[in-house]
Amino acid sequence: MATIILFAPLVGALICGFGHRFIGEKAATMTATALLFLSALLSWVVFLGHDGDQVATVELFRWIESGSMSAYWAVRLDTLTAVMLVVITTVSALVHLYSVGYMAHDENWKKGESYCPRFFAYLSFFTFAMLMLVTADNLVQMFFGWEGVGVASYLLIGFYYRKPSANNAAMKAFIVNRVGDFGFALGIFALFYLTDSIQFDVIFGAAPDLAATSLSFLWMQVNAAELIAVLLFIGAMGKSAQLFLHTWLPDAMEGPTPVSALIHAATMVTAGVFLVVRMSPLFEYAPGALTMVTVIGASTAFFAATVGLVQNDIKRVIAYSTCSQLGYMFAAAGVGFYQAAMFHLFTHAAFKALLFLGAGSVITAMHHEQDMRNYGGLKDKVPLTFWTMIIGTLAITGVGIPFSYDLVGVPIGLAGFVSKDAIIEGVYAGNSVYAFGLLLIAALFTSFYSWRLIFMTFYGEPRGDMHAHEHAHESPRVMTVPLVVLAVGAVLLGTVYYKPFVGSSAEKFFGPSVYNYTGAEASDHAAAPAADTGADPAADSAADSAAEPEAPAVARDQADAPAADAHAAGDGAAAADLSRLDEREFVLHAYHGVPEWVKLAPFVAMLLGLGTAYLFYIARPELPGRLAAANPGLYRFLLNKWYFDELYDVLFVRPARAIGRFLWKQGDGATIDGGINGLAMGVVPFFTRVAARVQSGYVFHYAFAMFIGLAALLTWILLRAFS
Amino acid sequence: MFAQDLNTVLPEVALAVYAMAALMAGVFGLVNSRVVLWTTAAVLATFGAWIGVSPGGETTAFADSFVNDGFARFAKVVLLWGAAAMLLISDEYLERNSLLNYEYPVLVALSVVGMMVMVSAHDLMVLYLGLELQSLALYVIAAYRRDSVRSTEAGLKYFVLGALSSGMLLYGASLTYGTAGTTNLAGIGAIVSAGDISVGLLFGLVFLCAGLAFKVSAAPFHMWTPDVYEGAPTPVTGFFATAPKMAAAGLFARVLFDGFAGAVADWQQILAFLSLASMLLGSVAAIGQSNIKRLMAYSSIGHMGYALMGLAAGTEAGVGAMLLYMAIYVTMNVGVFAFILNMTRDGTGVTDIAALGLYSRVDPARALCLAVLMFSLAGLPPLVGFWAKFVVFQAAVDAGLVWLAVIGVVASVIGAFYYLRIVYLMYFGEPVDALDGTMPPLHWAALGVSAAAMVLGVVNLFGVDAMAAAAAATLVN
Repeated sequence: MATIILFAPLVGALICGFGHRFIGEKAATMTATALLFLSALLSWVVFLGHDGDQVATVELFRWIESGSMSAYWAVRLDTLTAVMLVVITTVSALVHLYSVGYMAHDENWKKGESYCPRFFAYLSFFTFAMLMLVTADNLVQMFFGWEGVGVASYLLIGFYYRKPSANNAAMKAFIVNRVGDFGFALGIFALFYLTDSIQFDVIFGAAPDLAATSLSFLWMQVNAAELIAVLLFIGAMGKSAQLFLHTWLPDAMEGPTPVSALIHAATMVTAGVFLVVRMSPLFEYAPGALTMVTVIGASTAFFAATVGLVQNDIKRVIAYSTCSQLGYMFAAAGVGFYQAAMFHLFTHAAFKALLFLGAGSVITAMHHEQDMRNYGGLKDKVPLTFWTMIIGTLAITGVGIPFSYDLVGVPIGLAGFVSKDAIIEGVYAGNSVYAFGLLLIAALFTSFYSWRLIFMTFYGEPRGDMHAHEHAHESPRVMTVPLVVLAVGAVLLGTVYYKPFVGSSAEKFFGPSVYNYTGAEASDHAAAPAADTGADPAADSAADSAAEPEAPAVARDQADAPAADAHAAGDGAAAADLSRLDEREFVLHAYHGVPEWVKLAPFVAMLLGLGTAYLFYIARPELPGRLAAANPGLYRFLLNKWYFDELYDVLFVRPARAIGRFLWKQGDGATIDGGINGLAMGVVPFFTRVAARVQSGYVFHYAFAMFIGLAALLTWILLRAFS
Repeated sequence: MFAQDLNTVLPEVALAVYAMAALMAGVFGLVNSRVVLWTTAAVLATFGAWIGVSPGGETTAFADSFVNDGFARFAKVVLLWGAAAMLLISDEYLERNSLLNYEYPVLVALSVVGMMVMVSAHDLMVLYLGLELQSLALYVIAAYRRDSVRSTEAGLKYFVLGALSSGMLLYGASLTYGTAGTTNLAGIGAIVSAGDISVGLLFGLVFLCAGLAFKVSAAPFHMWTPDVYEGAPTPVTGFFATAPKMAAAGLFARVLFDGFAGAVADWQQILAFLSLASMLLGSVAAIGQSNIKRLMAYSSIGHMGYALMGLAAGTEAGVGAMLLYMAIYVTMNVGVFAFILNMTRDGTGVTDIAALGLYSRVDPARALCLAVLMFSLAGLPPLVGFWAKFVVFQAAVDAGLVWLAVIGVVASVIGAFYYLRIVYLMYFGEPVDALDGTMPPLHWAALGVSAAAMVLGVVNLFGVDAMAAAAAATLVN
């Protein structure tokens, strides 16, 4: 079944991409869409029937055998994979369906030009690569998928290849990702170098050894586990557009909107989060790297949210929102709350895809106008889009009933409420004040910019081109159906999947697929039964210290059965790491026990953001302009995205261009071409002329040459003989 | 005893007897000249087949002065078939220029006898005997077109310079004999291997090498080649470029490996120098040529440089590579000269390469065959010519002569220019007064088979590489 899920999109891509000439465009796109739906259906079957403890690996065929390196094409089916499967295939299927409507009439192409099959083929290919990534059981296969989605992303961002801006954006995405991929590749190399394997199981087993190994990297000695985790995280940063490597994501909005929904919101950009979670047994032995993950994640969440406040392009607002939400996921992963990261990934896929597709619907209605300043009053023109986007906004901003978990045992609210609040509480429980503060502010900003988007788009007076407003109309059924489906998801997913993801059955649900602390916890149970309820953090820490002497060994046992014996005695470094593990090991449980004000804080932040947005864009629309005028520096700073692009332009792009120009003109042009041409046109003809001159036709010249040759040989040999 | 000796030299004796019989028949007008030519070609081919299938093993004759081993047989097959092929495609040209006399095939046959003696020589005197028998016949056929100034000039130049080189060779032989006390190659080899090689012996070695280098037309002893190739009648040029080259290279290997195997380090330097100079000169000087016969002269100088690189390696693999290279080179040249012999316009031969402008429009099939051969001569993968160079380079690299192999590659890149220019002219050049003239079926066969072999041979080189390796093993042991 997994094989069908995996290869149906590939088959679709091939049929659609190469076969559309034979079966017609319509049939081709329909085939691709139908295969994706099949894939999605089977994914749900797998997901719903999946048992957390079971980790099945199906080896499809042997891929690389070289020395001690061996890689199989395999499908590793555990909970992580199952979750990713439904996310990817469902969103992809809906986006395929939506695209049937969205791409039907595209003004970027001339009449009669065939672009639909290409688009669908890319989408399906992307889906295949993404599935390859998440089902990998070794790093090389994962890297293959990783690059595959990179290629698909490149192709789709640059889909409108006649637009220079689209081409530039595609290249930017590809190049910025290259930076991250370089880190990722180095991480893989380092892992292979140290563990002689690229198989996840082997690597995870060797994680404690890595934590005790130090490696010489560049000019310094570093802990191997830390180094590898940081390198892998750099890869994740590139793919997930985290701070410093985020610049490509907003530009990627040059691609068609369904692409943004699928690749740059729901799936590909979450690959980085997936990577960190997948490698969690390794990251757990790299506390420094985890701290870095948290800091980068929280900073990104904050940074992107601030930039989102002032953007005017509807898609860019959502793009920064995506960037910000990914930051949440990393922050959660960084404190060891992988379950929450996955949970937010899961729910975010639904409501962010919804928002993007809704935005696409608005854009279609407004004849490809994307500037929100030219929107306004669209509520009645596109009612279905409006309502679904309202649901999406409620979900992302985190609307729900505070304390409902404490009251009824299940948090009641929209998807974002459940997953985002879990992250914020978890970060607090994980003792990261920095992250907690930033995420809270980011929640406020999220609420503000999300509502700002809604208010500017759907409320108020129509602005801009009146002609466009008059002709605005609701999108066709194929486009609204996915919206509705996703809206349902945005409402329900949080409450329904709370329990398995981050609730009481989380450990069972995830099983061994992410690092958890079952072993340590078991010893804890014995020491202090109260720990399980997690009601009192103080009791937890007490239990921790009580369990300290034996917890490390058990924890290691759980994480690393094969290597445990060798290290049962433990050494200083590993023990030190594990004491840190103990400190954090109850985030999954402890986050319930955070103080009341922490639980309320995100909700209040949301309300504040909503209120401010209402004030700014409904009640007193002149306020934003005045505020901007009052703080021109800050406004420009945000509008220009903290000047990251300008900074990079000065720091990297221009020097790179200068070097490139130098190497091109001086290195390639003057030296290589010049050298070869000089040789071919100067030196060789010179010798040719010399040879022709020597060939005079006179016998005595010839004889003379023979004697010269003979004399030279004799001299040489004699010198050799007597030296 | 004598019977055994005779048995060993039977092919040579039989061919010599045939040549004299053919001369008689021609002199007394018993058969016409064309018949003599065809018969001679057939006899040469038959002898090649006979030697090819004759049983292996090594036999010596006349007090170890003549040896018949696998190496000699391989070389003989190549040179016999090369000579036969060149003879077969020469009759049209000869007839066109009123040169079709019975002397021509007889002289070719006699020179082939000399060549066979050369590759079997195991004594400096037998060596010289074979060399002179070959050379005297070649001097004559170089000047075969007596009424042409260029042809006679070519013959005379070749003769004068050849005499000079023979002098060097003889001087080297004398020095060697004077120092070693024997003219037998095995005897010399024993003395060289015994230890300290004396200066006299070294001098002898250098002079011998110089004389032999003249015969293989290696730079800087090559100067006669362009003039002789250009001046001699085209069939003679083709003949020069095939059989004698194989014979001289075989003789070179024979002297070095039988006589001086113990002094590899000494002659390796000489051979590397000859190889280097020939490769570079062959590549660079050919660029300036507009006459295809002169061009092929420089081409042959360059190719001999590559073949000598195999010898310079000083290993069994190197000798095998050299033999394989020569076999391939002879095959390519048969095809190329089959083409050149048919470059005519209004019944007269044309040798200017500009005449090939847009030849692909005139005769696509012929142009394609020549293009394949040119690519192969240039050593473009995957054609057989590439593998010939490849094995030679490999042998050189294995013997530690990486620098020589690198220069060889550079030279082959430079040399590719003039081969590819011919292809360029044929396919993209300026249109000119087209060449006309039909091509006799036999010539077509020579051209087509040669070109096809360059393509089909990439599969397994027809097993020739294994034969060459086996032949080399009998020489180097």
